[in-house]
Amino acid sequence: MRHLISPMDLSVQETDQLLALADRIIADPKAYSHKCDGKKLATLFFEPSTRTRLSFEAAMLELGGQVLGFSSADSSSAAKGETVSDTARVVSCYADIIAMRHPKEGAATVAAAKATVPVINAGDGGHHHPTQTLTDLLTIHRLKGSFDGLTVGLCGDLKFGRTVHSLIKAMCRYQNVRFLLVSPPELRVPDYIRDDLVSGGFAFTEVERLEDAISDMDILYMTRVQRERFFNEEDYIRLRDSYILDSEKMKLAKPDMIVLHPLPRVNEIAAEVDDDPRAKYFEQALYGKYVRMALILKLLEVE
Amino acid sequence: MNVDSVERGLVIDHIAAGRSLEIYRILGLDKLDCCVAIIKNARSQKTGRKDIMKIEDRIDLDLDALGFLDPNITVNIIDGGTIVEKKKLRLPETVTDVIHCANPRCITSVEHGLPHVFHLADREKGIYRCAYCDQAHDRRKDQ
Repeated sequence: MRHLISPMDLSVQETDQLLALADRIIADPKAYSHKCDGKKLATLFFEPSTRTRLSFEAAMLELGGQVLGFSSADSSSAAKGETVSDTARVVSCYADIIAMRHPKEGAATVAAAKATVPVINAGDGGHHHPTQTLTDLLTIHRLKGSFDGLTVGLCGDLKFGRTVHSLIKAMCRYQNVRFLLVSPPELRVPDYIRDDLVSGGFAFTEVERLEDAISDMDILYMTRVQRERFFNEEDYIRLRDSYILDSEKMKLAKPDMIVLHPLPRVNEIAAEVDDDPRAKYFEQALYGKYVRMALILKLLEVE
Repeated sequence: MNVDSVERGLVIDHIAAGRSLEIYRILGLDKLDCCVAIIKNARSQKTGRKDIMKIEDRIDLDLDALGFLDPNITVNIIDGGTIVEKKKLRLPETVTDVIHCANPRCITSVEHGLPHVFHLADREKGIYRCAYCDQAHDRRKDQ
Protein backbone atom coordinates (compact mmCIF):
# COMPACT_ATOMS: atom_id res chain seq x y z
CA MET A 1 0.00 0.00 0.00
CA ARG A 2 1.34 3.41 -1.00
CA HIS A 3 0.65 6.90 0.34
CA LEU A 4 1.48 10.26 -1.18
CA ILE A 5 2.69 12.68 1.50
CA SER A 6 5.50 14.53 -0.23
CA PRO A 7 6.13 14.99 -3.94
CA MET A 8 9.37 13.07 -3.35
CA ASP A 9 7.41 9.93 -2.45
CA LEU A 10 7.17 9.26 -6.18
CA SER A 11 10.36 8.58 -8.12
CA VAL A 12 10.98 10.49 -11.33
CA GLN A 13 10.02 7.34 -13.23
CA GLU A 14 6.77 6.95 -11.27
CA THR A 15 5.96 10.62 -11.77
CA ASP A 16 6.52 10.29 -15.50
CA GLN A 17 4.31 7.18 -15.56
CA LEU A 18 1.59 9.09 -13.72
CA LEU A 19 1.77 11.97 -16.18
CA ALA A 20 1.59 9.48 -19.06
CA LEU A 21 -1.51 7.92 -17.49
CA ALA A 22 -3.04 11.42 -17.16
CA ASP A 23 -2.30 11.96 -20.87
CA ARG A 24 -4.18 8.75 -21.69
CA ILE A 25 -7.15 9.79 -19.51
CA ILE A 26 -7.28 13.21 -21.24
CA ALA A 27 -7.19 11.48 -24.64
CA ASP A 28 -10.02 9.05 -23.79
CA PRO A 29 -11.85 9.85 -20.52
CA LYS A 30 -14.68 7.39 -21.27
CA ALA A 31 -12.29 4.47 -21.11
CA TYR A 32 -11.72 5.26 -17.43
CA SER A 33 -15.28 6.14 -16.38
CA HIS A 34 -15.92 2.82 -14.57
CA LYS A 35 -12.44 2.04 -13.28
CA CYS A 36 -13.41 2.87 -9.69
CA ASP A 37 -16.94 1.48 -9.61
CA GLY A 38 -17.73 0.51 -6.00
CA LYS A 39 -14.77 2.43 -4.54
CA LYS A 40 -15.07 5.33 -2.09
CA LEU A 41 -12.85 8.36 -1.59
CA ALA A 42 -12.99 10.14 1.80
CA THR A 43 -12.11 13.84 1.60
CA LEU A 44 -11.07 14.96 5.08
CA PHE A 45 -10.66 18.72 4.87
CA PHE A 46 -9.85 20.23 8.26
CA GLU A 47 -9.22 23.52 6.48
CA PRO A 48 -11.35 25.26 3.84
CA SER A 49 -10.63 24.49 0.20
CA THR A 50 -12.61 24.72 -3.00
CA ARG A 51 -10.43 23.65 -5.88
CA THR A 52 -8.49 20.84 -4.27
CA ARG A 53 -11.48 19.21 -2.59
CA LEU A 54 -13.79 19.59 -5.59
CA SER A 55 -11.14 18.37 -8.02
CA PHE A 56 -10.57 15.27 -5.88
CA GLU A 57 -14.30 14.67 -5.75
CA ALA A 58 -14.74 15.31 -9.48
CA ALA A 59 -11.82 12.98 -10.19
CA MET A 60 -13.34 10.12 -8.19
CA LEU A 61 -16.82 10.67 -9.65
CA GLU A 62 -15.42 10.64 -13.19
CA LEU A 63 -13.76 7.30 -12.41
CA GLY A 64 -17.13 5.88 -11.38
CA GLY A 65 -16.42 5.96 -7.63
CA GLN A 66 -18.19 7.73 -4.79
CA VAL A 67 -17.13 10.35 -2.27
CA LEU A 68 -17.77 11.10 1.39
CA GLY A 69 -16.15 13.41 3.91
CA PHE A 70 -16.22 16.86 5.49
CA SER A 71 -15.04 20.28 4.44
CA SER A 72 -14.12 21.96 7.71
CA ALA A 73 -12.80 20.91 11.10
CA ASP A 74 -15.97 22.33 12.72
CA SER A 75 -18.07 19.66 11.04
CA SER A 76 -15.82 16.77 12.08
CA SER A 77 -14.92 15.06 15.33
CA ALA A 78 -11.81 17.27 15.46
CA ALA A 79 -14.13 19.86 17.01
CA LYS A 80 -14.61 17.39 19.89
CA GLY A 81 -10.88 16.92 20.23
CA GLU A 82 -10.37 13.74 18.20
CA THR A 83 -6.78 13.25 17.07
CA VAL A 84 -5.70 12.94 13.45
CA SER A 85 -4.44 9.43 14.28
CA ASP A 86 -7.88 8.31 15.46
CA THR A 87 -9.71 10.00 12.58
CA ALA A 88 -7.45 8.20 10.09
CA ARG A 89 -8.08 4.83 11.73
CA VAL A 90 -11.84 5.32 11.80
CA VAL A 91 -12.18 6.62 8.26
CA SER A 92 -10.11 3.67 7.00
CA CYS A 93 -13.13 1.55 7.97
CA TYR A 94 -15.42 3.49 5.64
CA ALA A 95 -13.38 4.42 2.57
CA ASP A 96 -10.91 2.85 0.15
CA ILE A 97 -8.68 5.93 -0.08
CA ILE A 98 -8.29 9.19 1.86
CA ALA A 99 -7.45 12.70 0.68
CA MET A 100 -6.67 14.91 3.68
CA ARG A 101 -5.98 18.60 4.18
CA HIS A 102 -4.98 19.87 7.61
CA PRO A 103 -3.61 23.20 8.84
CA LYS A 104 -0.79 21.58 10.84
CA GLU A 105 2.46 20.56 9.15
CA GLY A 106 3.08 16.83 9.21
CA ALA A 107 -0.59 15.92 9.82
CA ALA A 108 -0.70 13.71 6.73
CA THR A 109 2.39 11.82 7.93
CA VAL A 110 0.54 11.05 11.15
CA ALA A 111 -2.59 9.96 9.26
CA ALA A 112 -0.59 7.70 6.94
CA ALA A 113 1.07 5.99 9.91
CA LYS A 114 -2.32 4.92 11.29
CA ALA A 115 -4.56 4.53 8.22
CA THR A 116 -5.09 1.12 6.67
CA VAL A 117 -5.93 2.62 3.26
CA PRO A 118 -3.83 4.92 1.03
CA VAL A 119 -3.59 8.52 2.24
CA ILE A 120 -3.07 11.43 -0.11
CA ASN A 121 -1.78 14.64 1.42
CA ALA A 122 -4.02 17.38 0.05
CA GLY A 123 -2.00 20.03 1.91
CA ASP A 124 -0.52 20.10 5.43
CA GLY A 125 -0.18 23.68 6.59
CA GLY A 126 2.65 25.48 4.86
CA HIS A 127 4.53 22.23 4.30
CA HIS A 128 3.66 19.98 1.31
CA HIS A 129 0.95 19.94 -1.32
CA PRO A 130 2.02 17.08 -3.60
CA THR A 131 -1.11 16.90 -5.76
CA GLN A 132 -0.75 20.58 -6.58
CA THR A 133 2.81 19.75 -7.60
CA LEU A 134 1.57 16.92 -9.80
CA THR A 135 -0.94 19.38 -11.28
CA ASP A 136 1.87 21.85 -11.95
CA LEU A 137 4.05 19.13 -13.47
CA LEU A 138 1.26 17.89 -15.74
CA THR A 139 0.59 21.47 -16.85
CA ILE A 140 4.28 22.07 -17.63
CA HIS A 141 4.55 18.66 -19.32
CA ARG A 142 1.55 19.40 -21.57
CA LEU A 143 2.42 23.01 -22.35
CA LYS A 144 6.22 22.89 -22.48
CA GLY A 145 6.80 19.27 -23.48
CA SER A 146 9.81 18.81 -21.18
CA PHE A 147 11.12 19.86 -17.76
CA ASP A 148 14.80 19.96 -18.60
CA GLY A 149 16.53 23.29 -19.06
CA LEU A 150 13.60 25.44 -17.95
CA THR A 151 13.96 28.70 -16.03
CA VAL A 152 11.21 28.70 -13.43
CA GLY A 153 10.20 31.94 -11.73
CA LEU A 154 8.32 31.73 -8.46
CA CYS A 155 6.80 34.92 -7.14
CA GLY A 156 5.02 36.07 -3.99
CA ASP A 157 4.86 34.18 -0.71
CA LEU A 158 7.78 31.78 -1.00
CA LYS A 159 8.04 31.30 2.77
CA PHE A 160 4.64 29.88 3.62
CA GLY A 161 3.60 28.87 0.10
CA ARG A 162 3.61 25.09 0.25
CA THR A 163 2.97 24.79 -3.49
CA VAL A 164 6.24 26.62 -4.06
CA HIS A 165 8.24 24.32 -1.77
CA SER A 166 6.83 21.18 -3.36
CA LEU A 167 7.34 22.43 -6.91
CA ILE A 168 10.96 23.38 -6.24
CA LYS A 169 11.70 19.94 -4.77
CA ALA A 170 10.06 18.19 -7.71
CA MET A 171 11.72 20.33 -10.39
CA CYS A 172 15.12 19.80 -8.75
CA ARG A 173 14.99 16.22 -10.05
CA TYR A 174 15.23 17.33 -13.66
CA GLN A 175 18.25 18.53 -15.62
CA ASN A 176 19.52 22.13 -15.79
CA VAL A 177 16.49 23.71 -14.15
CA ARG A 178 17.12 27.28 -12.92
CA PHE A 179 15.03 29.10 -10.33
CA LEU A 180 14.31 32.82 -10.04
CA LEU A 181 12.81 33.43 -6.61
CA VAL A 182 10.93 36.73 -6.39
CA SER A 183 9.72 37.81 -2.96
CA PRO A 184 10.07 40.44 -0.26
CA PRO A 185 12.85 39.57 2.24
CA GLU A 186 10.25 38.50 4.84
CA LEU A 187 8.74 35.90 2.54
CA ARG A 188 11.84 34.22 1.09
CA VAL A 189 12.00 30.42 0.81
CA PRO A 190 12.69 28.68 4.16
CA ASP A 191 16.20 27.54 5.00
CA TYR A 192 15.53 23.85 4.35
CA ILE A 193 14.56 24.56 0.75
CA ARG A 194 17.52 26.90 0.26
CA ASP A 195 19.81 24.25 1.77
CA ASP A 196 18.50 21.70 -0.73
CA LEU A 197 19.16 24.08 -3.61
CA VAL A 198 22.67 24.86 -2.40
CA SER A 199 23.64 21.28 -1.59
CA GLY A 200 22.19 20.04 -4.89
CA GLY A 201 24.17 22.65 -6.81
CA PHE A 202 21.08 24.18 -8.43
CA ALA A 203 21.24 27.63 -9.98
CA PHE A 204 18.91 30.01 -8.21
CA THR A 205 18.66 33.75 -7.73
CA GLU A 206 16.63 35.61 -5.13
CA VAL A 207 15.33 39.00 -6.26
CA GLU A 208 12.84 41.49 -4.88
CA ARG A 209 11.46 43.01 -8.09
CA LEU A 210 9.47 40.91 -10.57
CA GLU A 211 10.41 43.37 -13.35
CA ASP A 212 14.08 42.46 -12.88
CA ALA A 213 13.58 38.75 -13.54
CA ILE A 214 10.45 38.18 -15.64
CA SER A 215 12.19 38.45 -19.03
CA ASP A 216 14.35 35.38 -18.26
CA MET A 217 11.49 33.11 -17.24
CA ASP A 218 10.00 30.20 -19.18
CA ILE A 219 7.41 29.76 -16.44
CA LEU A 220 6.09 32.33 -13.98
CA TYR A 221 4.47 30.67 -10.99
CA MET A 222 2.48 33.30 -9.06
CA THR A 223 1.30 32.73 -5.50
CA ARG A 224 -1.05 34.46 -3.10
CA VAL A 225 0.06 35.89 0.23
CA GLN A 226 -2.21 33.85 2.47
CA ARG A 227 -3.86 35.43 5.49
CA GLU A 228 -4.16 32.06 7.27
CA ARG A 229 -0.37 31.61 7.37
CA PHE A 230 0.23 34.73 9.45
CA PHE A 231 -0.05 35.02 13.20
CA ASN A 232 0.14 38.79 12.90
CA GLU A 233 -2.54 40.65 10.89
CA GLU A 234 -0.29 43.70 10.49
CA ASP A 235 2.38 41.66 8.70
CA TYR A 236 -0.24 40.19 6.39
CA ILE A 237 -1.66 43.59 5.43
CA ARG A 238 1.83 45.01 4.85
CA LEU A 239 2.89 42.15 2.53
CA ARG A 240 -0.29 41.08 0.73
CA ASP A 241 0.04 43.53 -2.16
CA SER A 242 3.78 43.01 -2.65
CA TYR A 243 3.50 41.72 -6.21
CA ILE A 244 0.76 42.23 -8.74
CA LEU A 245 1.16 40.84 -12.24
CA ASP A 246 -0.41 43.13 -14.85
CA SER A 247 -0.26 43.71 -18.62
CA GLU A 248 2.67 46.10 -18.27
CA LYS A 249 4.86 43.46 -16.60
CA MET A 250 3.68 40.83 -19.11
CA LYS A 251 5.13 43.02 -21.89
CA LEU A 252 8.58 42.27 -20.47
CA ALA A 253 8.07 38.48 -20.62
CA LYS A 254 9.00 36.03 -23.38
CA PRO A 255 6.27 35.35 -25.96
CA ASP A 256 6.18 31.68 -24.95
CA MET A 257 6.39 32.14 -21.18
CA ILE A 258 3.45 30.60 -19.33
CA VAL A 259 1.82 32.01 -16.20
CA LEU A 260 0.69 29.47 -13.61
CA HIS A 261 -1.07 29.98 -10.27
CA PRO A 262 -2.35 27.34 -7.82
CA LEU A 263 -5.48 29.49 -7.27
CA PRO A 264 -7.41 31.00 -5.63
CA ARG A 265 -6.07 34.33 -6.74
CA VAL A 266 -7.05 37.48 -4.91
CA ASN A 267 -5.44 40.45 -6.61
CA GLU A 268 -1.91 39.24 -7.41
CA ILE A 269 -2.83 38.69 -11.06
CA ALA A 270 -4.83 41.54 -12.57
CA ALA A 271 -7.97 40.34 -14.39
CA GLU A 272 -6.63 41.92 -17.62
CA VAL A 273 -3.92 39.20 -17.73
CA ASP A 274 -6.60 36.49 -18.07
CA ASP A 275 -7.01 37.33 -21.76
CA ASP A 276 -3.29 36.97 -22.45
CA PRO A 277 -2.71 33.63 -24.24
CA ARG A 278 0.21 33.01 -21.86
CA ALA A 279 -2.15 32.92 -18.86
CA LYS A 280 -2.61 29.18 -18.23
CA TYR A 281 -3.91 29.03 -14.65
CA PHE A 282 -7.46 27.99 -15.51
CA GLU A 283 -6.17 25.27 -17.82
CA GLN A 284 -3.90 24.24 -14.94
CA ALA A 285 -6.96 23.78 -12.69
CA LEU A 286 -8.45 21.38 -15.25
CA TYR A 287 -5.22 19.37 -15.39
CA GLY A 288 -5.50 19.10 -11.60
CA LYS A 289 -8.56 16.90 -11.99
CA TYR A 290 -6.90 14.62 -14.54
CA VAL A 291 -3.72 14.12 -12.54
CA ARG A 292 -5.76 13.31 -9.42
CA MET A 293 -7.69 10.73 -11.47
CA ALA A 294 -4.37 9.18 -12.44
CA LEU A 295 -3.13 9.25 -8.84
CA ILE A 296 -6.28 7.61 -7.44
CA LEU A 297 -5.97 4.83 -10.05
CA LYS A 298 -2.33 4.28 -9.15
CA LEU A 299 -2.78 4.22 -5.37
CA LEU A 300 -5.83 1.97 -5.61
CA GLU A 301 -3.72 -0.23 -7.90
CA VAL A 302 -6.49 -0.20 -10.48
CA GLU A 303 -4.17 0.91 -13.27
CA MET B 1 38.34 12.90 45.66
CA ASN B 2 37.70 9.15 45.62
CA VAL B 3 34.72 7.52 44.05
CA ASP B 4 34.67 3.74 44.30
CA SER B 5 35.46 1.74 41.17
CA VAL B 6 32.57 0.02 39.46
CA GLU B 7 32.65 -3.77 39.72
CA ARG B 8 29.90 -4.38 37.15
CA GLY B 9 28.21 -1.53 35.30
CA LEU B 10 28.85 1.43 33.04
CA VAL B 11 31.11 4.45 33.04
CA ILE B 12 30.03 7.33 30.83
CA ASP B 13 33.25 9.18 30.18
CA HIS B 14 34.31 12.35 28.36
CA ILE B 15 31.04 14.19 28.97
CA ALA B 16 31.51 17.89 28.22
CA ALA B 17 32.07 19.65 31.54
CA GLY B 18 28.80 20.85 33.03
CA ARG B 19 26.43 18.68 30.96
CA SER B 20 26.24 15.59 33.19
CA LEU B 21 23.13 16.66 35.10
CA GLU B 22 21.25 17.38 31.88
CA ILE B 23 22.22 13.95 30.51
CA TYR B 24 21.27 12.35 33.83
CA ARG B 25 17.81 13.90 33.54
CA ILE B 26 17.22 13.21 29.81
CA LEU B 27 18.31 9.55 30.09
CA GLY B 28 16.00 9.09 33.09
CA LEU B 29 18.86 7.92 35.34
CA ASP B 30 17.04 9.50 38.30
CA LYS B 31 14.62 6.56 38.10
CA LEU B 32 17.32 3.93 38.68
CA ASP B 33 17.54 1.99 41.95
CA CYS B 34 21.27 1.34 41.63
CA CYS B 35 24.13 3.52 42.74
CA VAL B 36 24.94 6.39 40.32
CA ALA B 37 27.91 8.72 40.81
CA ILE B 38 28.21 12.02 38.98
CA ILE B 39 31.67 13.53 38.90
CA LYS B 40 31.77 17.10 37.67
CA ASN B 41 34.78 19.01 36.39
CA ALA B 42 37.18 16.08 36.53
CA ARG B 43 40.62 16.77 35.09
CA SER B 44 41.01 15.72 31.45
CA GLN B 45 44.19 15.62 29.38
CA LYS B 46 42.16 16.11 26.18
CA THR B 47 39.71 18.83 27.13
CA GLY B 48 40.97 20.24 30.42
CA ARG B 49 37.79 19.38 32.30
CA LYS B 50 35.10 16.77 31.80
CA ASP B 51 32.18 15.17 33.58
CA ILE B 52 31.94 11.44 34.29
CA MET B 53 29.03 9.26 35.37
CA LYS B 54 29.40 5.84 36.98
CA ILE B 55 26.42 3.50 37.06
CA GLU B 56 26.60 0.36 39.16
CA ASP B 57 24.42 -1.75 36.89
CA ARG B 58 24.47 -2.93 33.25
CA ILE B 59 21.38 -0.96 32.22
CA ASP B 60 20.20 -0.51 28.63
CA LEU B 61 21.33 3.01 27.85
CA ASP B 62 19.72 4.86 24.95
CA LEU B 63 22.98 5.25 23.04
CA ASP B 64 21.22 7.17 20.24
CA ALA B 65 20.02 9.77 22.72
CA LEU B 66 23.44 9.87 24.36
CA GLY B 67 25.20 10.22 20.98
CA PHE B 68 22.84 13.05 20.06
CA LEU B 69 23.49 14.88 23.31
CA ASP B 70 27.26 14.53 23.06
CA PRO B 71 28.90 12.41 20.32
CA ASN B 72 32.30 12.75 22.01
CA ILE B 73 31.20 10.60 24.93
CA THR B 74 32.70 7.15 25.49
CA VAL B 75 30.68 4.46 27.27
CA ASN B 76 32.83 1.90 29.06
CA ILE B 77 31.20 -1.39 29.93
CA ILE B 78 32.66 -2.83 33.12
CA ASP B 79 32.60 -6.43 34.27
CA GLY B 80 34.70 -7.92 37.05
CA GLY B 81 36.14 -4.47 37.70
CA THR B 82 37.68 -4.20 34.22
CA ILE B 83 36.60 -2.54 30.96
CA VAL B 84 35.25 -5.28 28.67
CA GLU B 85 33.98 -2.95 25.92
CA LYS B 86 34.42 0.69 24.93
CA LYS B 87 31.61 2.22 22.89
CA LYS B 88 32.51 5.35 20.94
CA LEU B 89 29.41 7.33 20.14
CA ARG B 90 28.43 9.22 17.00
CA LEU B 91 25.46 11.32 15.94
CA PRO B 92 22.59 8.86 15.38
CA GLU B 93 20.51 8.84 12.19
CA THR B 94 17.29 9.21 14.21
CA VAL B 95 16.41 10.42 17.69
CA THR B 96 13.04 9.88 19.32
CA ASP B 97 11.62 11.86 22.23
CA VAL B 98 14.92 13.57 23.04
CA ILE B 99 14.05 16.99 21.64
CA HIS B 100 10.70 18.54 20.77
CA CYS B 101 9.82 20.39 17.59
CA ALA B 102 9.86 24.17 18.07
CA ASN B 103 7.61 24.85 15.08
CA PRO B 104 4.22 26.05 16.40
CA ARG B 105 2.66 24.92 13.11
CA CYS B 106 3.88 21.31 13.52
CA ILE B 107 1.27 18.63 14.20
CA THR B 108 3.25 17.64 17.32
CA SER B 109 2.31 21.00 18.86
CA VAL B 110 -1.34 19.98 19.11
CA GLU B 111 -1.50 16.19 18.87
CA HIS B 112 -0.16 14.92 22.15
CA GLY B 113 1.14 11.39 22.45
CA LEU B 114 3.00 11.46 19.14
CA PRO B 115 6.65 10.43 19.31
CA HIS B 116 8.94 13.41 18.63
CA VAL B 117 11.13 12.01 15.86
CA PHE B 118 14.07 13.83 14.24
CA HIS B 119 16.25 12.59 11.40
CA LEU B 120 19.87 13.63 10.83
CA ALA B 121 19.99 15.93 7.79
CA ASP B 122 23.60 17.16 7.95
CA ARG B 123 26.16 15.20 9.97
CA GLU B 124 28.87 17.79 9.54
CA LYS B 125 26.75 20.66 10.84
CA GLY B 126 24.78 18.53 13.29
CA ILE B 127 21.43 19.55 11.78
CA TYR B 128 18.38 17.39 12.48
CA ARG B 129 14.93 17.79 10.94
CA CYS B 130 11.53 17.01 12.39
CA ALA B 131 10.11 13.86 10.78
CA TYR B 132 6.72 15.57 10.49
CA CYS B 133 7.31 19.17 9.42
CA ASP B 134 11.02 19.30 8.39
CA GLN B 135 11.79 22.04 10.92
CA ALA B 136 15.55 22.19 11.48
CA HIS B 137 17.11 21.64 14.89
CA ASP B 138 20.72 22.74 15.17
CA ARG B 139 22.19 20.73 18.04
CA ARG B 140 25.19 23.06 18.23
CA LYS B 141 22.84 25.66 19.69
CA ASP B 142 22.04 23.23 22.55
CA GLN B 143 25.60 23.32 23.80
